This record gives sequence, structure tokens and C-alpha cells, in this order.
Amino acid sequence: MNLHQRRYLTNRVALALSLSAMAFGIFWLMWILWTVLDLGIAGLSLDLFTKMTPPPGASEPGGLANAIAGSAIMVGLATAIGTPIGILSGVYLAEYGQSTWLGNVTRFINDVLLSAPSIVIGLFIYAVYVAQVGGFSGWAGVIALALIVIPVVVRTTENMLLLVPNSLREAVYALGARKWEVILKVTIRASKAGIVTGILLAVARIAGETAPLLFTSLSNQFWSLNLNEPMANLPVTIFKFAMSPFTDWQQLAWAGVFLITLGVLAINVAARVLFQEKR
Amino acid sequence: MSMTADAMPGLAPGEESGKMAVMPPQKPAKTGSSSLGDAVFFNITRAFALIALLMLAGIIVSLVYAAWPSIQKYGLPFIWTSDWNPPAEKFGALIPIYGTIVTSIIALVIAVPVSFGIALFLTELSPAWLRRPLGTAIELLAGIPSIVYGMWGLLVFAPIFSTYVQPFLGSTLGNLPVVGRLFAGPPIGIGLLCAGIILAIMIIPFIASVMRDVFEVTPAMLKESAYGVGATTWEVVWNVVLPYTRVGAIGGVMLGLGRALGETMAVTFVIGNTNFLSSASLFEPGNSITSALANEFGEASPGLHTAALIELGLILFVITFVVLAFSKLLLMRLAKGEGSKS
Repeated sequence: MNLHQRRYLTNRVALALSLSAMAFGIFWLMWILWTVLDLGIAGLSLDLFTKMTPPPGASEPGGLANAIAGSAIMVGLATAIGTPIGILSGVYLAEYGQSTWLGNVTRFINDVLLSAPSIVIGLFIYAVYVAQVGGFSGWAGVIALALIVIPVVVRTTENMLLLVPNSLREAVYALGARKWEVILKVTIRASKAGIVTGILLAVARIAGETAPLLFTSLSNQFWSLNLNEPMANLPVTIFKFAMSPFTDWQQLAWAGVFLITLGVLAINVAARVLFQEKR
Repeated sequence: MSMTADAMPGLAPGEESGKMAVMPPQKPAKTGSSSLGDAVFFNITRAFALIALLMLAGIIVSLVYAAWPSIQKYGLPFIWTSDWNPPAEKFGALIPIYGTIVTSIIALVIAVPVSFGIALFLTELSPAWLRRPLGTAIELLAGIPSIVYGMWGLLVFAPIFSTYVQPFLGSTLGNLPVVGRLFAGPPIGIGLLCAGIILAIMIIPFIASVMRDVFEVTPAMLKESAYGVGATTWEVVWNVVLPYTRVGAIGGVMLGLGRALGETMAVTFVIGNTNFLSSASLFEPGNSITSALANEFGEASPGLHTAALIELGLILFVITFVVLAFSKLLLMRLAKGEGSKS
């Protein structure tokens, strides 16, 4: 085999492997999505949204109403708490802290916290809140989720503000505006779509988070809207039911997984569409 | 040049004075409140920026404080003692640490070449119209919550894995001299190898999208020069793109490693959750730091058991922090190089 043939062959083999790597990635995505669709849709019914999670050995199949409501409340509150903090902190990084030590250190730590293990966040809230207050509660879960929202929103806010051209800022300064007016009235508005995208991605991230809720909000078999008590939520319920030996519980878990996957993918797609339109 | 220079001042004073006539009465008051607004706004945003720092400090301090009874009692040997016996109050973290590291290594061994292939496909091979949908599909794979991977792994993948894949691995790789010990034992599906594979599927999208992004940083001119002297696509990627983006690509791998180390649900479902390890086989069920926490923490009695589990969490946080910080530094170095070279 001469040099030319060898190079040609190496190239062919490498490209074929690359193609199969792509197929490999898509294969798992399809398999997982297909399973979730197949088993999830089979478990869908109206009961899912109207009945409570069943006790072990219940004669009639229950639903996930309390878990769905609990998840919605906790995700909503966590987003409401985490978003303003994240946006303000992102504004500081983009508009004031480009080259200050606080800006650089915060940016670095924020990026590390962005991928930090979420179970450690749960332990942290357990140590500083649950252990002090003396019991698992919905609020503890909300705080843990909010701490996961913050780095995501900080990152996207900063990135989006940096995309705003400086000439726009200069134009507003030239009209005599103060810096805070420039930021609040112009740059934030100009990057609104991007920031909303970031918030949506944060919601998608926490909607399926299980680990930080295990030691904070725990779960609750009954309907409860009291945030000072353990609160039912979809991920922990799915975890409990999927690990159980009962087929009707597993069925409910698949339905729950279907709801979460559908929700998360829908939010992801919506975020992408929104960001595309902006561009 | 002189035209505009003349025209501008000629225009501006006219405008200015026109405004000035209206402005003076309100201007002083407005300036006062505005500069106050500036100071207030600056300090508010700075205070919130401090939250990230406080969070990091808070996490470390509170975990050390909560783990103190265990740190004090077991000291450093905690890390290499394998005895985990809550009733007897004997705690050693070796088995969970071993499980975390082994599953992450398996995940990297599978995920890195696959992610490289995907990034290569997306940047060099894919027809333009397929690039975006495929890239989006890979990113969506990253968005699926880990509990979905875990449940799918336990109820769908593990049975198939134990019926078809494990016996095959046992009868082929299992007969090799040294490597064979890794693939010995009964095929029960769940275990270290299964957890590693599920982790690999989870981190492929993370590594692949970072690699794709850094590959795109390579200046087109560099690649075109290489193509111009007759290099094949593979040679361009291997000898031009990869050396150019090496630092960033390693940063992406580290990011994936950070994810794998700290992943909880996907591992907890399929690792087997046992604190005994009788052989070096990857088919053995085991435990990872995260799965030990997820399974035991809720039922742990307050006191030493809880403290030992929190110490596990602290160890995990320190390891992932180092890995992620390293990854961030590498990616930043690439970004800097990109600025100076272009």
C-alpha cells in the first residue's frame, strides 16, 4: 500500500467512525425518547391530574396531582426568587465588573457553581436550614432550587448584555442619561429576549432536579400546600415509585417521567425559538 | 473632513442651545437624584454579585461544620478505609470514592472518542442543512433530566445489558489475561459498568457541544491552508484543528468529568447500592458518593452517620470544584489565545 492509498484509507476510516459516533449519539436519544413516549403515554389518564399518589398496596390506581402541584409551586417560587438575584448579579458582571477583581472572581466561581453537583446544594441547605429549623419543608426545597437557578441566569444575563453594542450605550449617554438609566432603560430592554431565554433554561434545569430535593422538601404522600411541611414533588415521587417493586407505581413513574421530559423539552425548544427570533 | 468638522459644531451648538434654554431649571435636581440612583444601583448589583462568593464560602464552611464530628473522629484514614457500617458507627469512604472514580473513568473512556467524533461530524462532515438540527438534537439530549436516564437505565437498559451485552463481554474480553478480571462474574445488569455507560450517554452531549464550539474557533484560513497543500479532512482535523484547540477540548472533557463525578440520579438507579466489593470486576454492584448520599441520608440517624455522609459530600464538592476550576481555566486560556491570534 503506498502513501497515498494509506492516507486515503485512514481518512475514510476516520470519517466513517465520525459518522457512526453521530449515529451512536442520536441512537440513544431516540431510544430514550421512544421509551418515555411509549410507556408514558400508556400511563396517561385524567386520574393523573386529579388523584393523589397512592399508598403502597392501594386497590385503586392513584394519580400524581399532589406531586404535580408541589413541583409547579416550588419551581415557580424558586424561579421568582432566583431570577432577580441572578439578573442583578449578571448586570454587575457585564456593566461594572468587566475587569475588577470582584467581577473576575465572581464570574469564575459562578461558572464553577453552574456545574457543581446539585446534591451538594441539597446538603448545604440541609445543614443551614433543615437541621436548624428542625424538619424537611417546601421552603427548603425552594431555596435549594433557587440556588441552582442563580448561576444559570447570571451566565445568560451577562452574555446577553455583552452582546448589546457599545455604540447603543454611547448614544444614550450622549443624550445625558445616567449609567443606571442606560442599563435599566436600554441595555436590559435590548437583551430582554436573551435574558428570558436564560430564565426558561433555568426553569428547564430545575424542573427535573431530584438530588437537591431529597434532603430538603423530601416528599409528601398527601395534598399539602403548606410550604413549612414536606412537600410532594414529581422528581422525588418518580424516584420512589421507579425503585419500588409495584408495577402500578412504576406505571405512574413512567407517566411522571413523560410529563417532565415533555415539559423540559418544550421549554428548551421555546427558549431556542425565542432566541432565534431575537437574532 | 473639514466639511464635517465645520458642520458638526455648527449644528451641535444650535441643538445644544435650543435644549439648554429648556433644561436649566430641571437639570440640577435631575442630576442630584440620578447620581444618587447611580450609586444605589451600582451597590445593589455589586451586593448581588457577592452572593456567588458567599454561596461558595457558605457551602464549604457549613459542610465542614456539619461534618466536623466525623472529620474529628476518623481523620484522614476516612478516605482509604473501606468499612462502612452504620450500626457499629464505623465509617470509611473508600467504596463510594472508588465507585465515583471508576464510573467516571468508564464514562470518559466511552464519551470522549464519541464526542470527538460527533464534534468532527458537526464541524467538518455534516451537510450544512443537517448541522443545525443535529446540533440541536445533541443539545436536547443534554437537557433531559438525569432522573429520566436513571429510570430508563434501570428498567429498560439494565435487563437488555445483562441478557445480551454482559455475557458477550464476559466470554470475549473476560478471557483476556489482565483485562479479563474486569469483566468476570455473573451478569446481573446493574453495577459499576452499567452506571458508567449511563453516565457516558449523559455526558456525551456536554463534551460534544463544547468540542464543537472550540473546533469552530479554528480560523478558516488555517484549515484552508492545510486543505490547499493537499491534506485530507482527517489530517486537517488531527494535525491542525485539534492542536489549535487542544486546550479548549481538554476543558470540555474536564467539564464532562465534573458532571460525571457529581451526577446523582442516573447513577443511583443503576449502580446497585452496596458497600461491599468482593472483586475488581466492573460487573459488581457498588456505590458512589452521590448514590450513598441519595440512599442513606434520608434515613441516617443524626450524629456520626449524618456527619460521615456530609463529609462524603464535602469530599465530592472539593473534587468537582478542582476539576471544574481546571476546566474553566483551560477554556479561558483558549478564549484568550483566540483574541490574540485573530
